Amino acid sequence: MLDQVKASVEAAVAGARLELIPNGSPSAQHSLLVDNEHALAVATFLRDDPGLRLDYASNVTGVDWPEATVQEKRKIKKLIEGVERDIEETTERTKPGFLEVVYHLYSMELKQGPVILRLRTANRTDQVRLPSLTPVWRGAEFQEREVFDLFGVVFEGHPDLRRILMWDGFKDFPMRKDYVEPDDYEYEPTAHDEVLEKAKRHAAQRALDPRPSTP
Amino acid sequence: MEADALKDELRRQGIVTTTFEELYNWGRQNSVWPLSFGLACCAIEMIATSMARYDIARFGAEVFRPSPRQADLMIVAGTVTKKMAPQVVRLYNQMPEPKYVIAMGACAISGGPFKQGYNVLKGIDRYIPVDVHIPGCPPRPEALLHAIITLQEKIRQQSLTGADRPRHLVAEAPSEFPAPEFGEHDLVPPSNPGVWQPPATQSQ
Repeated sequence: MLDQVKASVEAAVAGARLELIPNGSPSAQHSLLVDNEHALAVATFLRDDPGLRLDYASNVTGVDWPEATVQEKRKIKKLIEGVERDIEETTERTKPGFLEVVYHLYSMELKQGPVILRLRTANRTDQVRLPSLTPVWRGAEFQEREVFDLFGVVFEGHPDLRRILMWDGFKDFPMRKDYVEPDDYEYEPTAHDEVLEKAKRHAAQRALDPRPSTP
Repeated sequence: MEADALKDELRRQGIVTTTFEELYNWGRQNSVWPLSFGLACCAIEMIATSMARYDIARFGAEVFRPSPRQADLMIVAGTVTKKMAPQVVRLYNQMPEPKYVIAMGACAISGGPFKQGYNVLKGIDRYIPVDVHIPGCPPRPEALLHAIITLQEKIRQQSLTGADRPRHLVAEAPSEFPAPEFGEHDLVPPSNPGVWQPPATQSQ
């Protein structure tokens, strides 16, 4: 089904670059990666096209993909001591990090779906702007705010882009993989693993510098 | 001791004697009015406690007040998020003395299952003094009733004079506690050291 969607979008929206991202898991929920410039036009088409009528954005979520080192193995033929042999060569390359926003779309009218859209930012630091799809699906408003709050994706064209779960003065993005949470593990009666390490640091600090019992 | 024995003896003979302290504490312990205020699923158990089956009215605590100005007891029932914590402290500050706090459930006493979340306060006792802690997730209504009985027992045993008199009779004791501010990464300060100090644990 997604191939047809891709073909009809590319026929209808001039210049739109779509990429089919297969999902190898048993759920087989494949998705479409949409380029940022044409995202709004593609979304409008998906909603209004009489054959698709994807009128309901059921879910908007974010994914953080930090920079990763990928090891690739490939088999090559090489001459070793005059004999040609198959050996495996491992190459490492750095996969740049980015933020991703995923939209799950359904059609209430035609009772079909989901069609899954993905939008990607250029990187995780300074180019984190994406077009907002709230003008197309009003229900995405709060969920895009949540993605902004927790992942730091800036949605252009969003009517009211503010933090929604954390307070306004908050600076961090808690759902990013590199988020450092505040260290308030002073008291851990049943600490284990990571928390035990944190609690030990606190205990050591307290042993050095015990605070007065009255302020 | 001798006075108690005499009192018992007189009571057996049909003569009731009492003290001002006893009367005062008796009145206080049997009219602890909670603030109607709930934060999460523990609040549902709190509501169940107030209904006919468990009937918190048996302990004189059925009058849930919608205003902190009329409440004696704050039942912190549920997860205190960091965004909510200043409001909880502010509500506590608006209650008149004498006032008591029951921290109900794993979240209110320590953060509970959400402890390692970025937005959950690790126990309301970091900012306000808590009289009774109830473990449980959520605690059963019986546990809340037990906490109220424990609180009543605590009130009954308070002596109105002397160094160990309750806080509301000590002029210089604080009745309000500073509400934390929203910081850039966490609440500022992360705890009130005048109220809460990390207890020493053996395992550490």
